[in-house]
Amino acid sequence: MLSHPSSARRGNLIAAFGMTIAIFATIFLYAQGSLANRGYIFIALIIGTVSGWVVAKKVKMTSMPEMVSLFNGMGGACAMLISIIEFNHLQTGEVQTGNPTGLYIAIIAGLIIGTISFAGSIIAYLKLSGKLKDINFKGQHIFNLILLILVISGAVATYNTSESNFLMFFYATFVLSLLYGIFFVLPIGGADMPVVISLLNSFTGVAAASGGFMYDNKVMLTGGILVGAAGTLLTILMCNAMNRSLLNVVIGSFGGTKSGSAAGREHGTYKEISVSDTAMVMSYANKVIIVPGYGLAVAQAQHTCHELEKLLGDKGVEVKYAIHPVAGRMPGHMNVLLAEADVPYEKLMEMEEANEEFKTTDVVLILGANDVVNPAAKTDPQSPIYGMPILDVQLAKTVIVNKRSMKPGYAGIENELFFQPKTSMLFGDAKKVLQDLCNEVKSI
Amino acid sequence: MEQFFNWITINQDSIYIIVLMIFAGIEIIGKVPSVLHTPLMSGANAIHGVVIIGAIIVMGSADPQNYLALVLGFLAVVLGTLNVVGGFVVTDRMLEMFKSKKQKS
Repeated sequence: MLSHPSSARRGNLIAAFGMTIAIFATIFLYAQGSLANRGYIFIALIIGTVSGWVVAKKVKMTSMPEMVSLFNGMGGACAMLISIIEFNHLQTGEVQTGNPTGLYIAIIAGLIIGTISFAGSIIAYLKLSGKLKDINFKGQHIFNLILLILVISGAVATYNTSESNFLMFFYATFVLSLLYGIFFVLPIGGADMPVVISLLNSFTGVAAASGGFMYDNKVMLTGGILVGAAGTLLTILMCNAMNRSLLNVVIGSFGGTKSGSAAGREHGTYKEISVSDTAMVMSYANKVIIVPGYGLAVAQAQHTCHELEKLLGDKGVEVKYAIHPVAGRMPGHMNVLLAEADVPYEKLMEMEEANEEFKTTDVVLILGANDVVNPAAKTDPQSPIYGMPILDVQLAKTVIVNKRSMKPGYAGIENELFFQPKTSMLFGDAKKVLQDLCNEVKSI
Repeated sequence: MEQFFNWITINQDSIYIIVLMIFAGIEIIGKVPSVLHTPLMSGANAIHGVVIIGAIIVMGSADPQNYLALVLGFLAVVLGTLNVVGGFVVTDRMLEMFKSKKQKS
């Protein structure tokens, strides 16, 4: 049902409905005797529902990625807490069913995966919302590897140790997993964040599934594994869109040391263009393609952008949008934003289609996109984004780039496109520039 | 090790489910256009909120005298609900935009 935009929403509602049934069925029809503490459960449910609803309704469309990440962290934390409580049960001998080894594996797996997911998601949230910068230090990969080994050996030690040391090792594993989660996400650059969130998402799925094992609960098992598998595949798909392997994303910190070579190259000169000139060029063009990027999302300029598109359309200019699969912060991020501004579906072009069209295009207007139009991905094997499919904007007759400054984009690399003779730079905040453009176009 | 194999035999059903669901998950994603990947990720995020069921069970079977379990369980239920509700609402909001556009075209 999720395979088409129009039916996807219904699918989502059905899933939500199913989840509600599952929750109430658990509360009222729990197999092993009736549940105690129902009062507390309901209070907790209400608190969670109200706050979750409010936060989700209030959040801006542009900060969706960090919101998803935050909610994901909550799920991870939930799995983590369950494991902690169940472990205490196990330790005090309150286990009723199952075989201890299997239960132990399920608990410790739930703990480790849930904790990593929780810590990682929170860091991802902080980084996406700009509260935390990338942190890199020497030997980070080795440090992380050692941490991971410690986590696993902690888990093994918890199983093999005597009764008295049980708890100590358990909590040591817990703390180590927490640390691993933090250090795992810390060095990962902004461009790779969506991949990481997707990966953590599938982690939480697996943690939920191990919860399903603990209670022999088929709903949890099914849901968890479904998300685990789907999330992993989605992660790989995203990696493919950026032409990088998953391992590369996980261990290689993007834009750190590697970008040194690219940045060291001599910078050419770029030329600036004024708003009125831009309006002039665009008004008398036959075909204009707009390439939206993260800059558009930050400036919340999607409505203004649509307005400009309509104004130009009235003047007989053919306007289309070219959307790179990983434009913005998440795959499909731009589609969502432009959909919000009521841009018709037919005006949006996917990458392959757009690359065909560029040849016959007079003006390409790039709004806050950078890495997805960087020709270095094709020409420079040294570049960290080498091999990533890009939008071939340089095929068009004129390229106008709107950016706030000459600073490199997320991947931290220079874009030689900006120095090409047919490229002009239009500096300023996307929203303001677009508004000015609209006014100018109107007055022509 | 023997214990582990025993455990596998006991949980055969579950293991079948796992294998089946892995296929189902891959099948589902394979069919979704990249345009919808963001809502999809968010939707999957909401679905793994099923952990909340575990949290409810923990909470429900906790001894009323065991305050540690109660407090942690309470927290777990709150966080789980946040995950489920927030996840679905966010997904719905994203998809709503696609919907309005569809009607116009």
